[in-house]
Amino acid sequence: MALLMLENVSVAYDNQYILQNFHLHIERGQLISLLGPSGCGKTTTLRLIAGFLEAKDGRFLFEGKDYTRVPVNKRNFGFVFQSYALFPHLSVYDNVAFGLRLRKASESEVKKRVTAILDVVSLGGFEKRFSKELSGGQRQRVAIARALVIEPDLLLFDEPLSNLDANLRINMRVEIRRIQQELGITTVYVSHDQEECFSISDQVAIMNKGVIEQLDAPATIFKYPKTEFIARFIGFTNFIAFGERTEQNGQIILRTGNHTFVAANHPGTANPSGKKCALRPDDLLVTTEDAQDVNRLQGIVKVSTFLGRSYQYVVETELGDFTVNQEMETPYRSGQKVNLLFPKDKMVLVD
Amino acid sequence: MQEKNRGLALFTLLVFLFLLGPLLIISFTSFEPGTVLKFPPEGFSWRWYENILEVEMFMTTFKTSMFVSLAGNLLALALGIPAAYALSRFQFKGKAALNAIFISPVLIPGIVMGFAMLKYVIIVYDLPIYAGLLAGHTVLMLPFIIRVVASSLANFDFAVEEAALSLGAGRLETFFKVVLPNIRSGIIAAILIAFLESFNNVDISVFMTGPGVSTLPIQMLTYVENNFDPTIAAISVLLMIVTAILMFIIERLIGLSYFTKR
Repeated sequence: MALLMLENVSVAYDNQYILQNFHLHIERGQLISLLGPSGCGKTTTLRLIAGFLEAKDGRFLFEGKDYTRVPVNKRNFGFVFQSYALFPHLSVYDNVAFGLRLRKASESEVKKRVTAILDVVSLGGFEKRFSKELSGGQRQRVAIARALVIEPDLLLFDEPLSNLDANLRINMRVEIRRIQQELGITTVYVSHDQEECFSISDQVAIMNKGVIEQLDAPATIFKYPKTEFIARFIGFTNFIAFGERTEQNGQIILRTGNHTFVAANHPGTANPSGKKCALRPDDLLVTTEDAQDVNRLQGIVKVSTFLGRSYQYVVETELGDFTVNQEMETPYRSGQKVNLLFPKDKMVLVD
Repeated sequence: MQEKNRGLALFTLLVFLFLLGPLLIISFTSFEPGTVLKFPPEGFSWRWYENILEVEMFMTTFKTSMFVSLAGNLLALALGIPAAYALSRFQFKGKAALNAIFISPVLIPGIVMGFAMLKYVIIVYDLPIYAGLLAGHTVLMLPFIIRVVASSLANFDFAVEEAALSLGAGRLETFFKVVLPNIRSGIIAAILIAFLESFNNVDISVFMTGPGVSTLPIQMLTYVENNFDPTIAAISVLLMIVTAILMFIIERLIGLSYFTKR
C-alpha cells in the first residue's frame, strides 16, 4: 500500500472548488513533484497534505491511518517554505532546535542532533548567526535543516528555490536531491519550474485546473505526454487534430480531410482515444525533395530565424502553421516551397 | 538662493518659537520664587517643585492617574493584541466594519465619548467611579494599542507561524513563542503611546471623575481655578520631561512617523 493516499479529496474557497475528486498516491522513499502553472492547485494540494488546509470531502490516509482531521502540529511533517520562514528572533541553532525542544529532547540530545543536521546542510559554524545575517541560499538550508531535524515522516517543499538566483537554484536542487536520497525520506515538492522538477524527481505529477493530468517518471512525461496541455507545457508546439483513427498491420492510420498519416505503435501512441498528433520542433523535418509519400505535407516558409545552432522555420500548410528546428548550412528563404516530413516513431498521440 | 534660504530659516524659527514658546515660558516661570506666576521670573527657586509634594491632592491624583493608565493599559493590551492579531491574520466578513469600530474612539471627539460613557457607565449601569474611570481609559487606549500592534503585525510573515505549527507547536504556543517575540517592539511602543494618551487625557476623565476620585490633569484644572501660584508650571515641566523621554523611546522603537501617518 502506498505511504500517502489522497482519496476523493475536495477543497473549496468561497464555494469555488480548487480541488475536486482529487486522487494521489505516493510510495515510501520517493520524491514526487507537483508541477503546473499558477492556480493549478499544486500549492493547495501541498498545504492540504501539510494540514494547513482542511479537506471539504474525501480522505487523507498516511501509513494506513486516517489523517484527514489530524491538526498540523500533530502530523510530524517537515515543511519548507518559499519565504524560508525562519524565526527572525532566534539564532540558526535555536531555529533548528525549535522542533526538538517542543519534543522535549534533552539539551545534550538537541545539541548533538542540531550539530549533525547542520553538517548535512553544510552550515557547520553558523550556529550563532541570525536569519538577517545569512544569504538566501543559507537561509533555505537552515529551513531545510529545521524541517529535517525532527525526523519527519514526510518532507514538503513549497517552491523552495524560487527566491534564489539561477546558479544557486541549480546547486540547491542537487543538494535537496542528495539529502533526500541520503536520508531516504519521502518528499513532495511543488514548483512551477519544469527543469527543476524533472531533474530531481522520481515521479512528476503535472496539474491543471485542480486535476493531475499525468503522473509518471520524468523521462516518460518528457517523451510521451498524455494530453495536449502537457504536450504544450513541455515544449511540443506542433499539433494536428485528426478526425479518424484506425489500426492496421501494427500501425496507426490517422485521417483528416484528404490527408492520411501513419504513426508507429509505441507508448506515446498507445492511448486509444488519442486523436491529436503532437510533435516537437526538433522532431519535424523540412526538405525540398519530393521523395516520401506518407506523412508528407506541402507548405511555404513563412518566417525563418537563426537560433545559433539551428534555424527555426515557421511553415504554413493546409493544416495550419508548424514550427521546425533544423541544423543546416544554407537556410531556406521565406516564401520558399518546402515539404514537411513527420517521422512515424516521433509522433505522439494525445487527448 | 542664499537669500531665499535665510528667509526660510527665519520662517522655520518663527514657527518653532510659536510652538515651543509657551513651553519655554512655562519652564522659566516654574522657578519663580514669588507666589504669583510672572514672566520673566524674578529669581530662582525650587520652592514650587517642593510644593507639589506638599499638596496632598496632587500626590493622590497622581497615584490614581498612574493606576488608571497602567491597569487600563493592561486591560487594553489583553483586548487589543488578540483583536489586532485577528484583524491582521484572518479574512472574514465584516472585517472592515470591525476595523472602523475599533478605531472610532480616536475619531469621535473626546467630549462626546466622555459624555456617552458618563451616561452609560455611571448613570445607567451605576458602576463605581473608580471602575468607570478605568473602563473609560481602557476604551480610550484600545484603538492606539490595536493600531500600533496591527501595523507591526503587517510586517510579520505569517509563514513563520505556520513553520512553528509544522514543527509541532500548538496555536497558543506558537503565538507566545513566535508571534509575540517578533512584535515586541511594537507592543512596547503601543504601551507607551496608550499611556501618554491616557495619562494626559482630560476630556474623558472630566466626566468619569467624581467626589474623592480624580486624575492628575483634572486636579491641575481644579487647582488653577483657585490658585495662581507657579505649582502648575512646575508640574507641567515634570510632565513635559516624562513625555519627552517616552517619545524618545517610541521614536527609537517604531519611529515618530507613525503619528504623522494618521
